[in-house]
Amino acid sequence: MVSSTDSHPGRVLAAIAVGGALGGPARYGLGLAFPTAPHTFPATTFAINVSGSFLLALLVVLILEVWPPTTYVRPFLCVGFLGAYTTFSTWMVDTDRLISAGAWGTAAANLVLSLVAGLGATALGLSVGQGIVTRRSSREGVSAEAGAESETIGGRR
Amino acid sequence: MILMLAVSVAAALGAPARYLLDKAIVGRRASVLPTGTMAINVTGAFVLGLLTGLALHDGMPKNVVTIAGTGFCGAYTTFSTFSHDTMRLVEDGSIIEASWNVAISLAAGMAAAAAGLGLALMV
Repeated sequence: MVSSTDSHPGRVLAAIAVGGALGGPARYGLGLAFPTAPHTFPATTFAINVSGSFLLALLVVLILEVWPPTTYVRPFLCVGFLGAYTTFSTWMVDTDRLISAGAWGTAAANLVLSLVAGLGATALGLSVGQGIVTRRSSREGVSAEAGAESETIGGRR
Repeated sequence: MILMLAVSVAAALGAPARYLLDKAIVGRRASVLPTGTMAINVTGAFVLGLLTGLALHDGMPKNVVTIAGTGFCGAYTTFSTFSHDTMRLVEDGSIIEASWNVAISLAAGMAAAAAGLGLALMV
């Protein structure tokens, strides 16, 4: 998979660009649909960053351990779409502007809640992904056992 | 609608810029810390701070902030990879490195954004 990525660097970049071309406007559109007043908690950016962190963690597990190997899904969805959908710079600038407006409590809440919720969402995404991996492997284990059993029965017959 | 399209084009440049810069930084020196994402997030915070400040104090058109700031800087910087990298360090038992990633990214990111906002006041 790595070698095929290296042999098509232009296509990987294109997949990232297309993902970014969708992820950036998705964030901008949500900001327009759910605007937050200046000097208040930037709830829309918070929700975008937390949901994006959950999806990234879940997708990385699915891509690496569940779905068949692909070259462009991770660049498109993870690096491109979710990378552009979530944003670090707005988080920092919003926090600084809350501080300069004297809204210290809101600034601290934005900083700490985003960090904690982002890490929590990542952990949740990873464990949901691992749950899917476990269920899949146990189901495969059951069907393998069932196959072995029917063979035994067939042998008896 | 035109603005949405412009944001899309800017984001289509920001995301690959992040990928290429991260590869260049991480490929150059081996480090447990995700120095590439760190550098990207801090520089992006500075540029967005500067753009925001220029629009607030120097009469730069709002659309420029929307396209270059929300579009490019927003897509260039990333929160999801920052969270994922930090959580991966925690799961690997590298708690100190995870703490450093958070501390450096946040301290330098806030300082960079403040520097950008402050620079706009001096222009």
